[in-house]
Amino acid sequence: MSEQLFKVTIDNITVEVPAGTTILHAARQIGGEVAPPAMCYYSKLEGSGGKCRTCLVEVSKGSEKDPRPMPKLVASCRTTVMDGMEVKNITSPKVLDARAGVVEFLLINHPLDCPVCDQAGECHLQDLSYEHGKEETRYEFQRRTFPKVDLGDKIQLHMTRCIMCFRCVFTADQLTEKREHGILDRGDHAQIATFIQKNLHNEFIGNVIDVCPVGALTDKTFRFKNRVWFTKPVDAHRDCENCCGEAQLWMRGDEVFRVTARKDEWGEVKEASNGKTGWICNTCRFDKKEAKDWVIDGPSKINRHSVISQGHYVGLQKPTETLPNVLHGRQPKLLMDIHSVSEVNKQNIELSALDRPAHSTDFK
Amino acid sequence: MEALTSRAKAVDRKPMTFLERLYLWNILKGMIITFSHIFKKKPTIQYPEVKRPFSPVFRGLHVLNRDEEGRERCTACGLCAVACPAEAITMEAAERLPGEENLYREEKYAAKYEINMLRCIFCGLCEEACPKDAIYLSETFAPANFNRKGFVYGKDNLLIPNPTTQPEATAKAKGLN
Repeated sequence: MSEQLFKVTIDNITVEVPAGTTILHAARQIGGEVAPPAMCYYSKLEGSGGKCRTCLVEVSKGSEKDPRPMPKLVASCRTTVMDGMEVKNITSPKVLDARAGVVEFLLINHPLDCPVCDQAGECHLQDLSYEHGKEETRYEFQRRTFPKVDLGDKIQLHMTRCIMCFRCVFTADQLTEKREHGILDRGDHAQIATFIQKNLHNEFIGNVIDVCPVGALTDKTFRFKNRVWFTKPVDAHRDCENCCGEAQLWMRGDEVFRVTARKDEWGEVKEASNGKTGWICNTCRFDKKEAKDWVIDGPSKINRHSVISQGHYVGLQKPTETLPNVLHGRQPKLLMDIHSVSEVNKQNIELSALDRPAHSTDFK
Repeated sequence: MEALTSRAKAVDRKPMTFLERLYLWNILKGMIITFSHIFKKKPTIQYPEVKRPFSPVFRGLHVLNRDEEGRERCTACGLCAVACPAEAITMEAAERLPGEENLYREEKYAAKYEINMLRCIFCGLCEEACPKDAIYLSETFAPANFNRKGFVYGKDNLLIPNPTTQPEATAKAKGLN
């Protein structure tokens, strides 16, 4: 079939996209607020999407040939565009209302332990509920709880926080040869689990942490070490025989606290320079926690509205110290070295070197 | 030009009368005002013995709170530190070990928590940011010190006494007695 371009209008902005493109992708080409949020859909994972319903949009005109509107709101990640289609996302009060309802449903069983959760600050559910949710919950019942599970020795599963997006299951299915975890049980009892707590031994299984939109799957080597907004993300690469070796380091000073894959503006793993999706292997993610293992390319670009960009002063010009010039080269007298007084960030305790969370015993 | 206020008084440039030129009369008028203050209520207070009550919104030295069971409320979420405009707060978090449930309320807690009172501007934003009701600004001043060292307050300075083991000290810290 020859390349046929469909004209689709989303929130009164018209784009031309090839046939077979989903509404979500067409909206992402426009970008900005027009793109519906997506919790379960992940463009790099085949078969994902259609579960969370946050990307619901209203189709006010089906196509040029059949201009009737679609009767119900449709999931934009699974609906392909038609020629002349007119879609309403943020311009439709129906969609905004439905989305607020979806957020409320997603948060029904979510524990809201953001102060404890390591994902806070880069959590899609947090962003979604801030932007589209209501201020308070109407839910009065006990929330569903699960015990914490270790998936292997480096990944922690907090099933309580899970929103059942299935992204991690698709990741394990598509990136690794043998998937060992999936969804057990149904409905309210459904949970991500490795049957009989089977360990996940696979070089690429660490990527489930990156695809998880909430804090259900977290890196145990980073657990409770620092908040993401106090670490500085830098792009770095290394020669790796397993993966592309292009990663993002979350650093504080010279300490590498966490290694993740690089993410694009939709929170999905970026394409590496070799054209493939930039998944990184477990060796890069969990074992290379020293600055000397990596070649640093420079600071990552962070959206200025993200909390992670706090304290990042772009284009900062430090004033030159005038005192040594005036005092003929003498340095000003330091009245107090903060490290001699402060108990925090001790030079002899390197928390980033631990591959487990810090305990009270580490501070003795 | 229209006057800005109705109470403006034009400068009187009339020549002085005989009584005014006597000068003594005006001195006497001033002295009456001065001595009348002897019989009025004194606005000063004798500070160390008498203290003025703090305003209910006074923002003084920080306190790290405990819950009713004496467990530390702080979970080291870092929101106080990110809210702090003076960047005075630093902390290091740790995971609660089994057996430490009576010490810390949540599975994560602040192993180290420091406020540099030299940097702090007592704006109270940390108190507003805290999602766990853990940090409060009390009605006390930071005591004076000859060294800068004494102004870096760690958890031993900030934590409120445990209400289960030291009820009197807690009540005193809360200003209840």
